[in-house]
Amino acid sequence: MSDKGLTPELMLDMYYHMALARAVDDRMWILNRQGRAPVVYTSNGHEAAQVGSAFALNRGEDWICPYYRDLALVLAYGMTPREIMLHLLGRAEDPNSGGRQMPAHWGHMKLHILTGGSVVATQDIHATGLALASKVLKDGRVSVAYFGEGSTSQGEFHEALNFAAVHKLPVIFFNENNGYAISVPARKQMAIQDVASRAVGYGMPGVIVDGNDPIKVYEVVKEAADRARRGDGPTLIEAKTYRFVPHSSDDDDRAYRSREEVAEAKKRDPLTVFAAYLKEAGILTEDKLAEMQQKIKDAVNDATDYAEKAALPDPSTLADHVYGS
Amino acid sequence: MPREKGLTLDLDADRLHSMYYYMVLSRELDRRIWILNRQGKSAFVISGQGQEGLQVGAAMALNPKTDWLAPYYRDMALVMAFGMTPREVMLGQLGRAADPGSGGRQMPSHYGHSGKHILTGSSPVATQVTHGVGIAWAMRIKGENGVVLTSLGEGSTNQGEFHEALNFAAVHHVPVIILVENNGYSISVPQSREMAVRDVASRAQGYGIPGVVVQGSDPLAVYQVVAQARERALKGLGPTLIEAKTHRFTAHSSDDDDRSYRSREELQEELRDDAVVRFREWLEQERLWDQEKEDALLKRVRHEVDDATDYADAAALPQAESIYDHVYGSSLA
Amino acid sequence: MAVLSYLEAIRETLRQELRRDSRIIIYGEDVGVRGGVFRVTEGLQKEFGEERVIDSPLAEAAIIGTAIGAAVNGLRPVPEIQFADFIFPAINQIIQEAARIRYRSNGTFSVPLVIRAPFGGGVHGALYHSQSVEAFFAHVPGLKVVVPGTPYDAKGLLAAAIQDEDPVLYFEHKAAYRSLKGEVPDERYIIPIGQADLKRQGQDVSIITYGLMVSYALKAAEELEKEGISVEVLDLRTVRPLDVDAILETAKKTGKVLVLHEDNLTGGLGGEISALISEHALFYLDAPIMRLAGPDVPAMPYSPPLEHAFMVTPEKIRDKARELAKY
Repeated sequence: MSDKGLTPELMLDMYYHMALARAVDDRMWILNRQGRAPVVYTSNGHEAAQVGSAFALNRGEDWICPYYRDLALVLAYGMTPREIMLHLLGRAEDPNSGGRQMPAHWGHMKLHILTGGSVVATQDIHATGLALASKVLKDGRVSVAYFGEGSTSQGEFHEALNFAAVHKLPVIFFNENNGYAISVPARKQMAIQDVASRAVGYGMPGVIVDGNDPIKVYEVVKEAADRARRGDGPTLIEAKTYRFVPHSSDDDDRAYRSREEVAEAKKRDPLTVFAAYLKEAGILTEDKLAEMQQKIKDAVNDATDYAEKAALPDPSTLADHVYGS
Repeated sequence: MPREKGLTLDLDADRLHSMYYYMVLSRELDRRIWILNRQGKSAFVISGQGQEGLQVGAAMALNPKTDWLAPYYRDMALVMAFGMTPREVMLGQLGRAADPGSGGRQMPSHYGHSGKHILTGSSPVATQVTHGVGIAWAMRIKGENGVVLTSLGEGSTNQGEFHEALNFAAVHHVPVIILVENNGYSISVPQSREMAVRDVASRAQGYGIPGVVVQGSDPLAVYQVVAQARERALKGLGPTLIEAKTHRFTAHSSDDDDRSYRSREELQEELRDDAVVRFREWLEQERLWDQEKEDALLKRVRHEVDDATDYADAAALPQAESIYDHVYGSSLA
Repeated sequence: MAVLSYLEAIRETLRQELRRDSRIIIYGEDVGVRGGVFRVTEGLQKEFGEERVIDSPLAEAAIIGTAIGAAVNGLRPVPEIQFADFIFPAINQIIQEAARIRYRSNGTFSVPLVIRAPFGGGVHGALYHSQSVEAFFAHVPGLKVVVPGTPYDAKGLLAAAIQDEDPVLYFEHKAAYRSLKGEVPDERYIIPIGQADLKRQGQDVSIITYGLMVSYALKAAEELEKEGISVEVLDLRTVRPLDVDAILETAKKTGKVLVLHEDNLTGGLGGEISALISEHALFYLDAPIMRLAGPDVPAMPYSPPLEHAFMVTPEKIRDKARELAKY
């Protein structure tokens, strides 16, 4: 790991958001198993890729177009644990959708997190469109689409990258390659090793990065964002990562991958690896860690309590927001 | 036509003559159709002039008995070299009841012929690529010894379905050949505004399949790469993406005017790379062709074009009542 | 006031809007250098530059999807789908994204977007250059669907669509482009979306329709007047949302309603309109509501006898309206 461009404070803050995401995620699974949350989609294992990329952006100003796996991303981008829990529990106050969408369908206008649907890869094109507007408006913003490797088989992935490359748009396509499209392994999804190799066919750089290393991810995203802002066009980044738990709370991954494989992957858990690095560098002390863990525990408890007490949407609002006027 | 002689050994003089015949036949039939359009006898023309060499080269490398085509609207030479007759083409052009493609339902150049292994196609581009992959996939599952060649323009490779089709074909080692006829224009939009790469073939890398660039005005070179791709497909090694660099000598269609987006100088330059001319010159060089043969061929082709025109012109139009036929295979009542 | 064709009215409105609001961009296949395959956007790239009038790659899902993103980020995109028949590759982006973004985000995001597409037949376009696709989209809450029937309405509705805060589909009939001409004021004006227009007053029969069929219905009405049958023609102009009041008013007035569209009969707008009348004006009716529409075959065939058999013509309208009048 290198620490180019990152202060110790920023690195600690990165670690905090990674750990916070893991804790929120763990709590969501508990709520699900207790019957208090209908469904959970997880970012467990992807935290380094997501947080590292978020920190490389102008958070709240640049646009991100996340997918359902991006809990750690949206937390690092400014969404609060309370907002996450409001969304999970379908509360009226949920800033993502007011309780209309399934959990993990992120969207937050003020934070420049684009609302997303469930059909995969649709957001790739939206990111290209956001960037098209940025080019015309010269607002200096970069847009980033986040997606799994399975969704790169979709036509819209192809159309989005081609369009962005032709018009040299300020956009980054950030692939979180965890090797599985729900149950289907990557080798049955594509006949190539690396999603990044698809970049050649569009005339843009394709970069592979270790998705368990938040600093490396930070660096490549920073470079791609600089490139985009210079007017040099899009970049495809592939962060190699792993999902430690099933696709969702309705899935059972024992049907399609061995426990040995999962155990092997967990040896490279980004949380453990990054904590060790920070400790060795003298940035994270045991005291700081304990303090951070307490803060996270409090935040998660507060968020859970807050959301559970929050009001559900009023049925009379069913027909609200079909049109603006 | 510079090449190593050894590469074309399996094409004897008869086959080479046959290639030239289909190229000339297609060019002349195409010209006749434009005349019919200007005379008000045919509402719409979409032309393959300039692309005959690659189409005939590709078709000759296939076996119409075992293989299939999933073509696009510019493929008149391809479908004729694969077995469609000038009469059949003209019946479609004039919307006659006996049109084997659609009984007069589709626009001209929407080729299709179930008996001759030519898939019916639509107008939204690149849909035929997924279909072609599907036919070939079924061949593989059924253990049939054939391949599918599907063709499209370079602009269509920007469609999502192109991507989905190639990815699928690569994962399942489907015996399909994807032939991109790159004439540099999507109607009016030049390739540089369509994609940020010079070669469509470079897209093959993203699917893990071979991508080959070939000169479209050289039918023998196209024959060779298609034959190799076919061998590969039959061996179970999966698809090949072939990009033939070619030209469109006419406007996109009879409703288009290419002067608004392509300079006459550019077109003149393209016309110098005419496969029909280049191939005849090569045949002459090889002492396989002479003026006498050329005269005889032109006479034969003109006769066939006249015959097709007369035949189709005299053929019956569809009955209005037949509009309800073939919505379903059996009655819903 | 200039006399413009339907096509010129659309082009001049686009020009006026592009001048008025620098956030508006136009893009689609061949809309730039070529000015569109029908020349609707001719000259616009020259005036407004390549950044605002853009030749897009041949990829419809990308055209609409990028327009959604651009709209969220502050532009007012007016993408063109070259033929309405080619809109289907983008249908997921239109129905599941554009139409739902406001609703799914609880009103925090919106997609001000106008999708223009030429539709309709009678121009030898066959199965894939002739379709009427409005009923698919009229089914979808969150979308607005307008289908102007005159050059005047084309202008006012396009300006309204562009200033609307929601996604609007704007369907232009190909056969109307050059055949319909009319007076169009130079200055900007708005025709509110969702407002029908009574194009002709009558006593005996009401024809309710939209798009090219408005002018066909008016032709039929003129002929029937010679026979002593007085026909009222209501131009819906918008097919979602429908102007329910105007529909009921004309139904109550004449008591005999013919709903007319070129789109296929089953599941077309005619069913919805006749249901509204049955629900709210049953006792005013003197005859069953009748429908005249394109036949239930997948799309319009090419060969002239088949095309003619499909197409709804002034003669067919006249005969059907006469039948209704005599009921």
